Amino acid sequence: MGANETGPIGQAVRRREDARFLTGTGQYTDDVTMPRQTCAYFLRSPHAHANIRSIDTKAAKAAPGVVAIYVGADLTGVNGLPCGWLITGTDGKPMNEPPHPVLAQGKVRHVGDPVAVVVAESLLEAKDAAEMIAVDYEVLPAVVSGVDALKPGAPQIHEQAPGNKCYTWALGDKAAVDAAFATAHHVSKVDIVNNRLVPNAIEPRAAVASYNRAEQSYTLYVASQNPHVERLLMTAFVLGLPETKVRVIAPDVGGGFGSKIYLYAEETALVWASKHVNRPIRWAADRSEAFISDAHGRDHVTHAEMAVDKDGRFLAMRVTTTANLGAYLSTFASCIPTILYATLLAGQYTTPAIYCEVTAAFTNTVPVDAYRGAGRPEATYVVERVVHQVGVDLGIAQDEIRRRNFIRAFPYATPVALTYDTGNYDQTLDEAMRMADVAHFTSRKAEAARRGKLRGLGYSSYIEACGLAPSNIAGALGARAGLYEAGEVRVNPTGGVTVFTGSHSHGQGHETTFAQIVADKLGIDMANVEIVHGDTGRIPFGMGTYGSRSLAVGGTAIVKAIDKVVAKGKKIAAHLLEAAETDIEFKDGKFTVAGTDRSKAFGEVALAAYVPHIYPLDKLEPGLNETAFYDPTNFTYPAGTHICEVEIDPDTGVTEVVNFVACDDFGNIINPMIVEGQVHGGLAQGLGQALLENCVYDAKTGQLLSGSFMDYAMPRADDLPTFKVSTKVTPCTHNPLGAKGCGEAGAIGAPAAMMNAVHDALLGVGVKDIQMPASPHRVWQAIQSAKAGA
Amino acid sequence: MSIPLSLTVNGQAVTTTVDARTLLVDLLRTGLALTGTHVGCDTAQCGACTVLVDGRAVKSCNVLAAQVAGAKVQTIEGLAAEDGTLHPMQAAFRECHGLQCGFCTPGMVMSALDLVARHPGADEAKIREELEGNLCRCTGYQNIVKAVRLGAAEMAK
Ligand code: FES
Ligand code: FES
Repeated sequence: MGANETGPIGQAVRRREDARFLTGTGQYTDDVTMPRQTCAYFLRSPHAHANIRSIDTKAAKAAPGVVAIYVGADLTGVNGLPCGWLITGTDGKPMNEPPHPVLAQGKVRHVGDPVAVVVAESLLEAKDAAEMIAVDYEVLPAVVSGVDALKPGAPQIHEQAPGNKCYTWALGDKAAVDAAFATAHHVSKVDIVNNRLVPNAIEPRAAVASYNRAEQSYTLYVASQNPHVERLLMTAFVLGLPETKVRVIAPDVGGGFGSKIYLYAEETALVWASKHVNRPIRWAADRSEAFISDAHGRDHVTHAEMAVDKDGRFLAMRVTTTANLGAYLSTFASCIPTILYATLLAGQYTTPAIYCEVTAAFTNTVPVDAYRGAGRPEATYVVERVVHQVGVDLGIAQDEIRRRNFIRAFPYATPVALTYDTGNYDQTLDEAMRMADVAHFTSRKAEAARRGKLRGLGYSSYIEACGLAPSNIAGALGARAGLYEAGEVRVNPTGGVTVFTGSHSHGQGHETTFAQIVADKLGIDMANVEIVHGDTGRIPFGMGTYGSRSLAVGGTAIVKAIDKVVAKGKKIAAHLLEAAETDIEFKDGKFTVAGTDRSKAFGEVALAAYVPHIYPLDKLEPGLNETAFYDPTNFTYPAGTHICEVEIDPDTGVTEVVNFVACDDFGNIINPMIVEGQVHGGLAQGLGQALLENCVYDAKTGQLLSGSFMDYAMPRADDLPTFKVSTKVTPCTHNPLGAKGCGEAGAIGAPAAMMNAVHDALLGVGVKDIQMPASPHRVWQAIQSAKAGA
Repeated sequence: MSIPLSLTVNGQAVTTTVDARTLLVDLLRTGLALTGTHVGCDTAQCGACTVLVDGRAVKSCNVLAAQVAGAKVQTIEGLAAEDGTLHPMQAAFRECHGLQCGFCTPGMVMSALDLVARHPGADEAKIREELEGNLCRCTGYQNIVKAVRLGAAEMAK
């Protein structure tokens, strides 16, 4: 696939960014300091739901070190935070879109809702002053579950969303599904809770905003996954500033997992305030603040049914989901439980008819948005849990029930709006089974039983849709943004190459992977390639990094720009070599006249472009600097099978993941070391969801009960097994890299694999239904209830 | 209340005054501009702030600067050789892809050094147990464990 058979594409090149991260010389947002800087602290609501009768900042303003204090009423001319995706409901009406103020306007709707910002000389002074602000709250009843919020009589959170409903939306052919169910041999059913998660990137969100009065311009450093989107939303929708006057820099960013995609209140308030105080302002969330202000993930309640014939062939699937969106619509919240969820319900199977209905509710909780996988883990969990249940109900082995229904002819148009371009699901299932040594599972189970332990095996054959996808189709589905990516390849006069990418790396290793691509395609040394990302002041444009899109979309934009560089280089070389342009070939870093040994090195052509003494100036501009915008023609469809083996101690309820294997198809791979690392990280988050993590609110008060690392169980090194991972390749058919994306697969496949294993292990003791996370308490309780019921 | 303070940081003598409330991590990050030591939580759980104090791993967010008077503090910035050659543990993290976003990394590396000093031949299970106080959200820990084993082996040479 590379221009060069032995080039860097496909090699486990060690990462260049590690040099700074390993020596403490990375520059994260909170490492940025500025002369005359001030510190911001946000006063947040301690209540889940309350009217604000009054705010008295008088004493606080007089406190030592205070520069300014702003409340909602001060932000004149500032609009609310926008939502980037308009969902149209089954009633044909647009979703209810209540305002999302930057600072509370008369009402607070979740614990952590920002009420005031204090700007002071030091953080301690800002915090001390915040304590002196007197807010008179009229506390209102709160509701924290999506299901409860939709019940009659629930506390009303927004005037603009009667019944707390954002929308009811549906996808699929309901009549066809109903008809199939009416005559089906059997219907398998599952009730599912997809637990709410807190992304918890280890770097908390942070921002440093400054204003230049002479230039009337702003600079914002922010821990963001997509600085251009951040700038566009903030300037055009909220602050009404020209984009030209705001530079957004996302420097080294310590993990995102979705939570740093969005435009948040804090950095918006900082930019606005930086002009008013005319000094730089810095803010970094502490962890407690992150728990109550970073967008959360998941939080679905679902009933799913699969109609099957007597051989276990899937005839139709029916899914009803309630999605909890939290108190406000976060930037992409509306499309996660709809466009990125229901469209994935075909999974790897030929289910001919699918109908999914989703009702999204507002609650008095932190807004929910994309978290690693974003809709696709929820879909996979539904599909793979119900498929498991079909296998159990009909007594068909778990691999066999999947094989009987696999899609094998591509392209394949699903009944839920996607067209899979390629895949080979038997291949990844076969390999995963071999790696998991399924053949000897029965004897391992028997051996465990002799020790009084329960063993179970669980499968998850997942599919995801990545590299989100043609802008025009997304637009028709309600997207308010484009979904392309930009890349600029600047060849310097001496032949070194600087690449400006709209993708952003916050751990994914773009500086290495993208340099491998460029070095390979241009036949030059990686050391001569520099990758620049994360700065609206340097990069043409960008949609940023989310949805496993960087390589498939951002990488392709770079390849397209390289193609233009090579095309222009051929023209220059033809002139230099006095040959016809059509006779010039480019290979291994050389422009050669076909069939001869006459050639010009890439560097010579670059020099000629910038020192155009011998140059076709009448036909060609000097310089060698090309930009490409790439808008994909389709999603990419990574897929694979994960198999989990658990051992449960029925006396304590402790579940141990004794083996976890993943065989994934990500299409072509540029750097296998980085891909493996991405899979490990995704699996850790997936198993975290299934085994440990749970975001819990008190149902009465709306207080977050799992608001610190002491209460929210993050996976630690000794909670996780050593994963066995491998890959198979069916190249993506519609991008030149043949790449599909790998960032989310682990988080998508793992929860269902593990929970199916838990159900398998507990089947013998009569447990039918257990929800994530499979904590010792829950497992033990389920075993006791099953015993009592038997 | 300001108090005078003397200590050694990465081999350099430091004499300064600090507010009595100043945490060690703030002295390092703000006072000494050593921003390689990170803050990831406020409950002494994540380990991103781990430094060595007289050779022992300490969560610098949970210690007052005043408590380390006279001590030898080592941070991630002080590990590589003068000429930039990475310490064997740093090199092992790079070799094994034991980091992604890099935010937990300084704390992980410092914890790993303490771990290896106490358990030079630690096996995988021991390493996982010992790293319990350091959170990483990116790597799933597998390559960190691998890196610590390699680093330990290289340090033993
Ligand atoms: S910042 Fe010190 S343990 Fe988290
Ligand atoms: S590498 Fe990102 S938290 Fe560990």
